[in-house]
Amino acid sequence: MTGKKQNRKKSQRGSEEGTLTKWILTGIALTFVTLFLLLPLINVFAQAFRNGFKFYIESLSDPDTLAAIKLTLLVAVITVPLNLVFGVAASWAIAKFNFPGKPFLITLIDLPFAVSPVVAGLMFVVLFGRSGYFGEWLDQRDITIIFAVPGIVLATLFVTFPFVARELIPVMQATGTEQEQAALTLGASGWQTFWYVTLPSVKWGLLYGVILCNARAMGEFGAVSVVSGHITGMTDTIPLRVEKLYHGASTASGVAAFAVASLLAILALLTLLIKTWMEWRTERAHAAAQSSTT
Amino acid sequence: MSIELSNIGKLFGDVKAVDNVSFSVKEGELIALLGPSGGGKTTVLRMIAGLEMPTSGEIRIQGKRVNDLSVQQRNIGFVFQNYALFKTMSVYKNIAFGLKIKKWPRHEIEQRVSELVELLELKGLEKRYPHQLSGGQRQRVAIARALAPKPGVLLLDEPFGAVDAKIRQELREWLVRLHHDLNVTTLFVTHDQEEAMEVADRIVIIGRGKLEQIGSPQEVYEHPNNEFVARFIGVMNVLELEVQNGTGRTGGLEFPMSNVPDGPARIGFRPYAVQVSNDLQQYRYNAMLRRTYFLGVMLRLELELPSGLTVRARITKEDYSRLGLEDGRQVSFQIKQYRLLAREGMPMGQEMPVKYDLPPVIADNI
Repeated sequence: MTGKKQNRKKSQRGSEEGTLTKWILTGIALTFVTLFLLLPLINVFAQAFRNGFKFYIESLSDPDTLAAIKLTLLVAVITVPLNLVFGVAASWAIAKFNFPGKPFLITLIDLPFAVSPVVAGLMFVVLFGRSGYFGEWLDQRDITIIFAVPGIVLATLFVTFPFVARELIPVMQATGTEQEQAALTLGASGWQTFWYVTLPSVKWGLLYGVILCNARAMGEFGAVSVVSGHITGMTDTIPLRVEKLYHGASTASGVAAFAVASLLAILALLTLLIKTWMEWRTERAHAAAQSSTT
Repeated sequence: MSIELSNIGKLFGDVKAVDNVSFSVKEGELIALLGPSGGGKTTVLRMIAGLEMPTSGEIRIQGKRVNDLSVQQRNIGFVFQNYALFKTMSVYKNIAFGLKIKKWPRHEIEQRVSELVELLELKGLEKRYPHQLSGGQRQRVAIARALAPKPGVLLLDEPFGAVDAKIRQELREWLVRLHHDLNVTTLFVTHDQEEAMEVADRIVIIGRGKLEQIGSPQEVYEHPNNEFVARFIGVMNVLELEVQNGTGRTGGLEFPMSNVPDGPARIGFRPYAVQVSNDLQQYRYNAMLRRTYFLGVMLRLELELPSGLTVRARITKEDYSRLGLEDGRQVSFQIKQYRLLAREGMPMGQEMPVKYDLPPVIADNI
């Protein structure tokens, strides 16, 4: 009995820190999370509901705000699927094949992370703006990109470009190609292999990448701000609308800003919730399989 | 013929991974592709499967040229070295995968899977995921998955490499039994000569990209084509001799060599060609028993001559205790037969008996 106890103590010694260290580390982490994540989040909702629930609903159903919500959803609906397809294709190519220029492609994917969003926005203005390189050509054909929805979509696409690919590349590299080869030997076509083997094995990475991509697409401010032109009810997205309301003259406008901002916060919480729920479900399925033994 | 390879070659860049390999496998045979790591045997297996394309030569499966057929069309079952089970699928779905792809009706899939689950003793594990299985169970799922679509040929890459010794032994017996029951033409790659000898009907020995020999375990052991095979299959004593006037000498040993020109020569002999006695007068040479290795029924002795030369001998456990041997004892020994070795890769000379005047034979034929 005592021998057992001693053994346990000894076996934990290597990985166990002193109690003090443990508490200090946990304390620092908790303080940080509370101060910089939890409190601001609570504050957003506190501010949003300061003038009551009725006012909250009213500020959200303002026609200009509704237009901003619609535009943001439209931008996300266009950019997320595009980046999903691109991200899967790029990470597949990078993880499974060797080709000349591969390091260059990896660097290129990271470019939007390295470039300031404002610079990214300006880049599009210089290219497609009225006095930009393609400005005249576009003008002659009556195509407006800058200060219009296409510009916002382009800028958002650029900024959210790396999310899916970045999440998938390490997952795909870790999975390797053997499972896919196994599928081929069992008669599966390339498409079937991708659908039944590759995609399920990167499911979580993909989902996470899409969540991040979506959050950024809806929340992007800098790049969109440069190309949008801030036309109320036309080219304002949710973040731009929040800023405009916040800088509005009345206190009511400030409260409305928080009400709109709370939408973005709710979106963030919702995506996290979905992710946790899905993880919990797979875990439960695995546990059920484990216990079903003869 | 189930599988025929003629003059198969494979280049990786400038490296000749496989060089002009030809052999054929009969319907229902169990064949080992044996060779050292990096020798090209896995490449040969993958070319048969269609996972690699040969640079030259022709591959036929069941009489049909398959060079231009994709993996999917070759009707082969492949078991990967690390099993490559589908991690996101249960055992049942793993086994059923090939059948689902081939659009078997649902009830036939169920029937076939339960058949294989029964055969490979995986009952009760159908709902489990690969990470919830032991190494041996994973291996059996991989075999079941490969067998499910009734392939014409079963190919296994180092099938027993990733499990511990005890399970490896179990799996070997599995493979033999399975092959006996199903009689599907089977090729497996291994670097373990013991495994190849125990399991296979015939062994294909591949070293440095070339086919060194093909034959039954007994043939390759008793009549190796060349020194590479002789040294790879089983243990061999190799000695460098100096020949003078029809006698080769090294470290106090002498070998009659009537037809060999003066100069250096190399000979090889199996440990079983060495006879050992505790009577120091019985055999011509004396040596000290340096160390005994227990290999089961057989023991391997390391004999050290006064000159420092080491000779390995093989002896049964019974003889060992009858002769009262132990490490550190002085013994006498003689070498019954040996072969003259040519340069590596060249054909070997015939086995030559050594004539001694002393008649008695104590530990013969071990």
